[in-house]
Amino acid sequence: MQPSPIRDLTVGLFVLAGLAAIAYLSVQVGGLQGERGFHLYATFDQIGGLRPRAPVVVSGVQVGQVSSIELDKNLRARVNMDVDPSLELPVDTMASIMTEGVLGNKFLALEPGAEDELLKDGEEIAFTESAVLLERLIGKFVNDAGLDEED
Amino acid sequence: MRLPAVERIGFKSQLFVDHLGGLAVFTLSVLRCAFVPPFRFRRFVDEVFDAGVLSLSIVCLSGFAVGAVLGLQGYDTLVRFGAEANVGAMVGLSLVRELGPVLTALLVIGRAGSAAAAQIATMVTTEQLDGLRMMSIDPIDFVVGPKALALLVVMPLLAALFILFALFGGYLVSVMLLGLHGGTYFASLESAITFADDIVPSFSKALVFGALVGFIATYRGYTSEPTSTGVSAATTGTVVTASVCVLLFDYVITALWGI
Repeated sequence: MQPSPIRDLTVGLFVLAGLAAIAYLSVQVGGLQGERGFHLYATFDQIGGLRPRAPVVVSGVQVGQVSSIELDKNLRARVNMDVDPSLELPVDTMASIMTEGVLGNKFLALEPGAEDELLKDGEEIAFTESAVLLERLIGKFVNDAGLDEED
Repeated sequence: MRLPAVERIGFKSQLFVDHLGGLAVFTLSVLRCAFVPPFRFRRFVDEVFDAGVLSLSIVCLSGFAVGAVLGLQGYDTLVRFGAEANVGAMVGLSLVRELGPVLTALLVIGRAGSAAAAQIATMVTTEQLDGLRMMSIDPIDFVVGPKALALLVVMPLLAALFILFALFGGYLVSVMLLGLHGGTYFASLESAITFADDIVPSFSKALVFGALVGFIATYRGYTSEPTSTGVSAATTGTVVTASVCVLLFDYVITALWGI
């Protein structure tokens, strides 16, 4: 086979297109991203269905994502998150686990507090609000209703 | 005491083991040519053209069709549970984890693997490989190696394009045709698929399949009988063996590592 510039060009383009597709799938679809560099963590009693890569939002705007979730020494869920370093969050920021809609995916909402002191990289968000488990609520409701009837 | 039936089983088993050993030695000698000079880069590029560029149209078109059908079926099924917002996740997960690598491998087997086997088998039949040997050119190094390695390299690239086109097909059907919100499709897609658990295993699978197809196709061609029946047997054998191996390995990989 003779060297042919056109064939070589198409091979080059093919390889580049393939690599671009892999890159797109990894970065956009797979969510592979460079560290934003600002790590915070919060401990919860109950995280419901929160998963790694769940969005971290402030006033509904995504500012980062949950990087990992582990169990700490006291058997509480420690949620590590990676957020935008330009964010100025007061130390009394509250982290709560919310649900999109009634049955949607869980996400982590941050509600900035009023303190002047700001959270630094690697610090803990002390104020947390655990996930509300719908089934537990329903259970409670049913229970309460049942007790009322007995009375 | 003679037991012809048992003897036949014994003979077949020996033949099978013989082939396995042959394939292993063959694979090692092909891999050796990738790391030991002379490097046939020119030949490798030509083979990438044959196996990759010429497979592009069929892979992209099939990807698009598969994605579109997944979108249609997924929507139809999920809408019964009121979960049509998760069409993106369903299409994406099934494509990335299973269908992308497997269907690409099957397409490449039919399009490029069979061609590679037939070409090498014809060269065996017409004694071209012996001609190369007489010029002291190693046919493994010059003909077989570039083909096998090209199939190996091309597979993840084609799988990525297949998945991309399929995601696009699923998007078109579920958003343009069925009226799902475009943001919903991509949001559920992106939240369902993770890099470490889905994308990396997907391309590892594609690479394993590429190796399987490359080595099986070239091995069947290289060891074919030097007759016209030999050529056809090598081609058929490649398609059958490689397809079955891909599907079996897919199950084993998924079962072992849960990907």
